[in-house]
Amino acid sequence: MFYGISLTAILVALWLTLSGPFTLSGNYPIVMGLGVISIIVTVALTYRMRIVDRETVPVGPAVPLFAYWGWLGGEIVKANLAVLRLIMKPEIEVEPRLVRVSAEHRSELGLCVFANSITLTPGTVTVDVEGDGFLVHALDNSFTDPAGFAEMGARSDTASDGKKTGAG
Amino acid sequence: MTFLTFLVAIGMAVAMATMLARLFAGPTLYDRVLAANSFGTKTVLFLLVFSALVGRQDAIDIALLYALINFVATIAILKFFRYRSLEIALAQMSLRKALDGEYEK
Amino acid sequence: MSAAEIFQHARDAFSIGAMAVGLVFVIAGAIGVMRLPDFYTRMHAAGVTDTLGAELIIVGLMAQAGDWQTAAKLALVGLLLFLTSPTATHAIANAAHRAGQKPDLSHFKPKHPADAGSSEGQK
Repeated sequence: MFYGISLTAILVALWLTLSGPFTLSGNYPIVMGLGVISIIVTVALTYRMRIVDRETVPVGPAVPLFAYWGWLGGEIVKANLAVLRLIMKPEIEVEPRLVRVSAEHRSELGLCVFANSITLTPGTVTVDVEGDGFLVHALDNSFTDPAGFAEMGARSDTASDGKKTGAG
Repeated sequence: MTFLTFLVAIGMAVAMATMLARLFAGPTLYDRVLAANSFGTKTVLFLLVFSALVGRQDAIDIALLYALINFVATIAILKFFRYRSLEIALAQMSLRKALDGEYEK
Repeated sequence: MSAAEIFQHARDAFSIGAMAVGLVFVIAGAIGVMRLPDFYTRMHAAGVTDTLGAELIIVGLMAQAGDWQTAAKLALVGLLLFLTSPTATHAIANAAHRAGQKPDLSHFKPKHPADAGSSEGQK
């Protein structure tokens, strides 16, 4: 029920952002009626699909996720500058690597956030998920630091599950 | 200010042209899909800059829709080529690539 | 100079800086897609455009947006790109990997002018 109310609130906010707050004035009953109908139909359909839970409406881990995005932003800037330096060299000199990153004892949301973070950081892309680890393609040798992956894994785990686990 | 916005729009157009060059030149299918996806991202940015340039808010809505359609189209193309008729061609291509040696575990 | 004017100038300066740096990143990503030797490495260059380049340009446009609704829509587009671009990149990489395309893991070195005719890279 909590997730259903949160979903409705998010959809109302989305509608107001996209169509403008003038719809609330009541001068445009068709626009407002269409908004109400589409929100009701969307919530009813998601209830019918039985997907209204913690993972599809992530309001619980929202605050730790935003804190994690702040840290991830710094990492993205650093990795972007590193990739930029590699690309803009007069002669391309890269050493691509395919490495395995372990991601054990994680929930599905934790796995998803971790794999997304690896892909989002330029220079490393999650190619495949194999059992309890990821296959990660790195643009250069300098991106395959196991300690960096371990720290990112620990932080993403804390952000998505709200609990501390062992590193990496 | 307006001049820089104009410059960014020109830069987006140049980047889009570069992506089109990769789209036509790409040796494998995945190069082309990647170029198409990246072209879509740059189109979204171009639309945003364009809306700021001419002062029309509608272009932002179009950019939002284009971002959504771009994502769905990428996934749809990949799904089609993974499960449909080009499977045999892909297998032949992978056989040729497999001769280059095993990657490290 | 009043406080409002100072705020206006600071906003303009921030917007110009963010958009200029974003433009540099987008162009660099496009150049990287053309220059890098192999599909899997080109993917990383496209990632540069998708993350920092796009977000910086969107932040710069948000700073010079007139009303809050435009800024909110721009933020929505930025969030959408931020969420979908790694998924699309992973989908392409995974499709290529599952189709059996092996990444070229040789060391791409700058060619010496003397042996420019020979094949690139060595194991």
